[in-house]
Amino acid sequence: MAKNVSLTGNDAVGTALKQINPDVAAVFPITPQTELMHKFAAFVANGEVDTHLITVESEHSAMSATIGAAAAGARSITATSSAGLAYMWEMLYIAASLRLPIVMPLVNRALSGPINIHCDHSDVMGMRDAGWIIIFAENTQEAYDNTVQAFRIAEHKNVLLPIAVCFDGFIISHTQEILQMLDDAEVKKFVGEYQPAYSLLDTDHPVTVGPLALPDYYFECKRQQIEGMKNAMSVIEEIGVEYGKLSGRAYGHFETYKLEDAETVLVGAGSTMGTARMAVDSLRAKGKKVGLLKIRTFRPFPADAIRKALGNAKTIGVLDRAVSFGMEGGPIFSEIRSVLFGKKINLKSYIYGLGGRDIFPHQIEDVFAEMERVTKDGNAGTTENYIGLRE
Amino acid sequence: MALKSLKEYSAQSGLLAGGHRACSGCPAPTAIRMALNAADTKDIVVAFSTGCMEVVTTIYPFTAWKIPYIHSAFENVAATISGVETAYNALKAKGKITRDIKFMAWGGDGGTYDIGLQSLSGALERGHRYLHICYDNEGYMNTGIQRSGSTPKGAETNTSQIGSVQKGKQQQKKDLTAIVIAHHIPYVAQASVHNWKDFMTKVQKGLAVKDGPAFINVLAPCHRGWRVAEDEGFEYARLAVETCTWHMFEVENGKLTINYKPKTKLPVQDYLLKQGRFRHLNDPANAALVAEIQADVDKKWQELLDKESKSL
Repeated sequence: MAKNVSLTGNDAVGTALKQINPDVAAVFPITPQTELMHKFAAFVANGEVDTHLITVESEHSAMSATIGAAAAGARSITATSSAGLAYMWEMLYIAASLRLPIVMPLVNRALSGPINIHCDHSDVMGMRDAGWIIIFAENTQEAYDNTVQAFRIAEHKNVLLPIAVCFDGFIISHTQEILQMLDDAEVKKFVGEYQPAYSLLDTDHPVTVGPLALPDYYFECKRQQIEGMKNAMSVIEEIGVEYGKLSGRAYGHFETYKLEDAETVLVGAGSTMGTARMAVDSLRAKGKKVGLLKIRTFRPFPADAIRKALGNAKTIGVLDRAVSFGMEGGPIFSEIRSVLFGKKINLKSYIYGLGGRDIFPHQIEDVFAEMERVTKDGNAGTTENYIGLRE
Repeated sequence: MALKSLKEYSAQSGLLAGGHRACSGCPAPTAIRMALNAADTKDIVVAFSTGCMEVVTTIYPFTAWKIPYIHSAFENVAATISGVETAYNALKAKGKITRDIKFMAWGGDGGTYDIGLQSLSGALERGHRYLHICYDNEGYMNTGIQRSGSTPKGAETNTSQIGSVQKGKQQQKKDLTAIVIAHHIPYVAQASVHNWKDFMTKVQKGLAVKDGPAFINVLAPCHRGWRVAEDEGFEYARLAVETCTWHMFEVENGKLTINYKPKTKLPVQDYLLKQGRFRHLNDPANAALVAEIQADVDKKWQELLDKESKSL
């Protein structure tokens, strides 16, 4: 029987990992991921999991050790934030190209500099093209649910790719919320036993992992990765449906809110989408045709489904908690503009919350009001916009 | 485990197949074959740092490895083998693996002295059960001969050239083995490719450690980088030892033993002057540098003798 508990995001994800009981976990501290590691290390110390910890000396080694463990046929995890992810950068690509189903909670935090420990999405956007599946959560419940589903997605034989389970630093990681948690046995059954196709420890069937591929083979390796990522689209959907039957909470690639008849729409990812939902409710009460599209799967990006879902909007604003320097609009904005190519829809980029700056419902209402004006007079104005910034 | 005869080893097919693409005469593949022969088991996983031997043995779709092998990057072989060894411990505890498996990590001096030092230190400190072997050819040879922390003073490389102002590498060679000894692991050794019995015995000792890491730093000259003939690599390894420029010793649970002491220590000129990378030392104008190198060799050899006499 599922039960309601009150936990921080870090504790909820740490508890999900306990229920999954992976073979190996490489851990290294970085704020705000650290408490997740604390929680899990306590489970190890108390014998509540069989997991063997590798207390590495850096995040580069965390990902390297996780790669070694995964290649040796162990269900393997690590977790990080911000600079830690940046330090793993080289290894992120290698994990994906070796097709190792590593699961990594990523507690999103701004990248230096200036050094800053609070939430934004600049860390995860840097791994956009590393070949990882990337999913976002709005709250503690989703962070927990995504963690449980992540193993099934990554380990699926048609996928075999690592997955980053993102949730916002402090806003989710350190905020106590009520969530519904599955029984240990339910999680164990849902996730299942890990059965890798190859293992370095199968010495009767030796494999060479990580050879050099020159121009005659490298391209085909990349093409296979593309195929794995494409396959993840349907796998994520299937597992989201299956998880819904188990938990009552089904998941897809994105979630819409009052979108069907909406003329003015905001698109975004992460915890701010909860704030945006409040603003939508407030404006709907005043008769405004506003709605939301909350992205869960950022890679693979559900382009076709989003194109269909947003096709009837007149003005769309995209919330980005990260910057792409030298290009107007943030990274999610670029994807949405690409998806909507050829459609006569006004598009505006809204950068917000960098370095953990708070965002409030009234600010999002102001954004909707601005977009409504655009819909009325047909003049989109500046593409580049910032919320809550001193200029 | 006793060593077999050289004749018996020569008859073994070996776990590193021929046909790899190492330079003709390169001692590094021989070092690998010696180590695998000494291990004498197929139940062993090898991890490699990016470098010459990684490149030449695994050009897809070919592999020279008849045992499980992993390479992922340049600076992380110690972390990678840490993961493999930990996976083994976890899966063995769960009963998913029953046999005993050994673990070996390899890197060149670039991947061990320099970019891989942090990863190495972490793995040694955590105490993973594995043998780490550095094949030291005193430079970044795979990328086309650049100076590393291991390149000796005065040596020419493409980033420490012989010019009108500078004469080869300006800095001294890093003492990596001393850094490893400072981790107080069960077994540390230096060896040289020219002495197969000594090196293979050390490999066996390293793999026999049951409760922690072992480390061997084996001198493996690169004839391309050292600018010597392709059949001279082993001879220069011997000369390095006979001049006491390189030392063969081991530290077993803290006790240091020098495994070879030349009866007559040869002058460094015998080792240096015919190597192309030191050719400038033949110029009488650079005699002071030769004298400085000799003084440094003498000092470090005496220090090692002193350490041995104090190590009871």
